[in-house]
Amino acid sequence: MLTEKYITGFCSIDNGIVAKDGVAIFGHQGDLPGLLLAAYQHLQLSYPKFYKMDNLSKLGWLTTEFLLKNTFNPGDYRPEETGVILANANSSLDDDVKYWESIKDVASPSLFVYTLPNIVIGEICIRNHFKGEQALYIQPEFNAEFITQQVSYLLNKNIIQACICGCIDVFEEDYKAVLFLVEKKKTDTSVVFSAEKMDEIFNKEA
Amino acid sequence: MSSINEINEPDVFVVADNILSPLGKTTAENFAKLRENISGVKQHTDVAISPLPFFASLFDKGEEFVKADEHNYTKFEQLLIASIADALNGSGVDVRDKKTVLVISSTKGNINLLENEAINDELKERISLSTSAKLVAEHFGFQNQPIVVSNACISGVLGVITAARLLRSNQYESAVVAGADVISKFIMSGFESFKALSPGPCKPFDKEHDGLNLGEGAGTIILSTNHKYAQNIKVKGGSVSNDANHISGPSRTGQELAGAIKNALQEANFIADDIDFISAHGTATVYNDEMEANAIAISELQKVPLNSLKGFYGHTLGAAGLIESIISIRSLKQSLIIPTIGFTEAADPGKVNVGTAPIRLKANNFLKTASGFGGCNAAVIFGK
Repeated sequence: MLTEKYITGFCSIDNGIVAKDGVAIFGHQGDLPGLLLAAYQHLQLSYPKFYKMDNLSKLGWLTTEFLLKNTFNPGDYRPEETGVILANANSSLDDDVKYWESIKDVASPSLFVYTLPNIVIGEICIRNHFKGEQALYIQPEFNAEFITQQVSYLLNKNIIQACICGCIDVFEEDYKAVLFLVEKKKTDTSVVFSAEKMDEIFNKEA
Repeated sequence: MSSINEINEPDVFVVADNILSPLGKTTAENFAKLRENISGVKQHTDVAISPLPFFASLFDKGEEFVKADEHNYTKFEQLLIASIADALNGSGVDVRDKKTVLVISSTKGNINLLENEAINDELKERISLSTSAKLVAEHFGFQNQPIVVSNACISGVLGVITAARLLRSNQYESAVVAGADVISKFIMSGFESFKALSPGPCKPFDKEHDGLNLGEGAGTIILSTNHKYAQNIKVKGGSVSNDANHISGPSRTGQELAGAIKNALQEANFIADDIDFISAHGTATVYNDEMEANAIAISELQKVPLNSLKGFYGHTLGAAGLIESIISIRSLKQSLIIPTIGFTEAADPGKVNVGTAPIRLKANNFLKTASGFGGCNAAVIFGK
């Protein structure tokens, strides 16, 4: 028997709007850095590390904050039981360009570290104390089928019990984030985890 | 839980492999150089890469790896193509079969293209790892969309783990896993800015370890569940974890890498005693070596013979996990474990058993570990 798996929440940041479970909860007119800052302020948190992050990490970190708020109970899982499996098209190119421009002056280690697309996973894991499986894949278009396959393997084999998965992509002002929380428990609003459902949600948020 | 599922899970066999490095163009050439204790790490003076002389393992400047043709493959793509072509040669794996998939691992791919031209739409497309993967897939005629792993320095090991999972869950029958990275000013300047580079040849796990050397190379491992390879070495288990501690420094305790090792052992249905030797990440930075030594001791593997091949190859980034696994597969076959050049006296005595001379050992299984920025750790076990 395969384990039953459910999408217990999803969240997107796209086109100036933060939406949780399909409902817009925050909007901001302006450029991406302005949106990221406004969304951060909306959460009324004190997390100074946020200001040091590149836009890709800020976007992924914020999407996770909105996704987990009032949905995820960290007490349900041990740190190694939650995984983060992400994909994007532009890797870390947004920060790569900024790092390369900076080295004409003095190479900055704080920009260089973000020239790796998986740093966003590190930021999400640090914030939420997730120590389970993690992976970053580069896909020209979000490949829900592949992500579903990898996440299902991990959950079916009890390697992890919960997983944040989806797409976090940024290049300059072109950005899109859609994250899903997948767990083995049914809730009032959960839907069965499948590639079709992820695709449906991903494309609706476009 | 899913016992029925597990019974139906096929074994994953290693069909063939290749290492393309400054030391040689085939696995056999590379292993022969390592047996002779020959390293690819040398001092280089190349202002296009660094204003000061540096130690690294690099290909000769301008070296071509595939015959010139109309495609204008970049150096990164040429390395992948040449490595995959050699691994496929005589392997019996049909890349045009719908049941075969290509997995590409790289940390920075074509990033050097950014150094000569301002970013525009065309360059953005050309630099993308998806573009390189597509070009390589088309070159050989793969039918499925390639899978691209870019997860810092665990990319190579994660490529193997991803492929093994795809095969175990019967998504495909065979997988060609290839990784490569090219060293340019972008990467060199970044590691310099972190003060992570050694001023001389690196000294993994040594009490004088003072940083890493970078290296270029490519590696390919072909995996299959087809029973015609049933006598071959297998991928027994693998797992990944995150430190949740710091984006540019490893865990202070090593608990999280130890967690990945534990899960890999569990998947292999092994205990620590089943591991005959370890191919460590061993970059020769103080932070990495210390964390890794802790993880190995926590895993009760402190007495198991261990090597780091970074003294031969430098840190080949996304290729490292593949190249080092392939050398270790060769060690299993030839019962000969390669020593750690650069190592004389342990920084963490009692936590790791680092070899200074070749060891004749009839081994059945080995553990390969890797860790990287972003707090990522990976462990994979290969065995007979």
